[in-house]
Amino acid sequence: MKITLKIWRQKNATNPGRLVTYERDGVSADMSFLEMLDVLNEDLTTQGEEPVAFDHDCREGICGSCGVVIDGVAHGPQRTTTCQLHMRSFADGDTITVEPWRADPFPVIKDLVVNRGAFDRIIAAGGFVSVNTGSAPEAHATPVPKVDADRAFEAAACIGCGACVAACPNASAMLFTAAKITHLGALPQGQPERAARVVSMLDQQDAEGFGGCTNIGECAAVCPAGVPLETISQLNFDLRRSMTPSRRH
Amino acid sequence: MAIATQDRKTRPAGRTSVGLKVVMATTGVLFLLFLLAHSYGNLKAFAGQAAYDGYAEHLRTFGEPILPRSGFLWLMGVVLIVSVVLHVSAAVVLWQRAHRARSTPYVAFKPVQATLSSRTMRWGGLTILLFVIFHLLQFTTGTIQVGGSFDSPYQRLVAAFQVWYVVLVYALAMVALGMHLRHGIWSAVQTLGWSTRAREVPIKRTALVIALVIVVGFLAPPVGILFGLVK
Repeated sequence: MKITLKIWRQKNATNPGRLVTYERDGVSADMSFLEMLDVLNEDLTTQGEEPVAFDHDCREGICGSCGVVIDGVAHGPQRTTTCQLHMRSFADGDTITVEPWRADPFPVIKDLVVNRGAFDRIIAAGGFVSVNTGSAPEAHATPVPKVDADRAFEAAACIGCGACVAACPNASAMLFTAAKITHLGALPQGQPERAARVVSMLDQQDAEGFGGCTNIGECAAVCPAGVPLETISQLNFDLRRSMTPSRRH
Repeated sequence: MAIATQDRKTRPAGRTSVGLKVVMATTGVLFLLFLLAHSYGNLKAFAGQAAYDGYAEHLRTFGEPILPRSGFLWLMGVVLIVSVVLHVSAAVVLWQRAHRARSTPYVAFKPVQATLSSRTMRWGGLTILLFVIFHLLQFTTGTIQVGGSFDSPYQRLVAAFQVWYVVLVYALAMVALGMHLRHGIWSAVQTLGWSTRAREVPIKRTALVIALVIVVGFLAPPVGILFGLVK
């Protein structure tokens, strides 16, 4: 395959970036997108140029490290992570534009690498359940109905890659936060902190500078973990309920 | 609990972005109820001058003698104006936040499934606001007069919509309104937390039907007048 890459190159957080064109020949259709970038980087290194910086770790679609916007779509044309995207999804002669996640709460560190620390701070604001330390509780002590367990698990599948923010026209982190609210709110262990959690996580999300949700649905459409849009309705429901005085803690 | 204390105090739920959205959704529901009633009243034009003017008069005497003359309309007007102020100011704050959240735009950005309606809420809303101001100047205050001055609301209506460009302006405004409602109704239901996986598609379809009913309901009298069905 012969392809033309237009990759966002940015030296550091303060330098303005630009798209740099790379002509590639002999790209195998069976390469993953990241392998294709690896080969490009080998060539760049041989030529004495700086390789393209991009985040990656497990390369099996479960860690959430990788993620770039390919031709205007987060993670590219397939609904998966960038590492699980293969060059067979592109045609010979294609021009492919590669950009980092664009959101001010995710500042670019270098090239395609962004700082997603904002997500960690949203989790730290309430994305947990408080349990007493000591021996682990007996697994069957708290029964969880199958329906609730499935719903919690589906939301817990979020890998925190940030594609929802990247795809959102408002750069909102609602799907990420909502996944955590739904996950913990569906389980008995999550109940005591449920009302406080939604308020503090949402407040942290706003403070990080993410935009507000306008229910467009782009987030769920690109989510590689399949977190459904209804989690956002759940978050909204929990927030509205937290305004009831008797529910406050 | 052994967690790090936050140095920033958490704001109350109503001050979060979702709190602002709840304000927009609630006021949006009020607008929708008003639009349905307004559109129904307009259709009286097809029943002739007596029915239309009678309905207009009835709105003014509605609630008498507990309310003074036009008291009901004033009350409704105040509620709607307060709602508009809340709806627009919340929208402006959220618009600014969204704008600041992505100061560097994408070179290439391709929505996967977004409807045109969902992506034009802000400019569409602004269009509707400007139209409402024009509409009030034309039919409420009478500042803008088309086709002459009349005491009868019916005659004012008929004279105005015999002019093709007035009908065109209204038609364009109704398209903007229909698009705003199509996404707005769904968005309000989701924002109030009433949507679920199973309800998502039915809600979106219902929103489309309501938007179409309102657009057709509002455009029927002007188009009827333009083509001489209502004289």
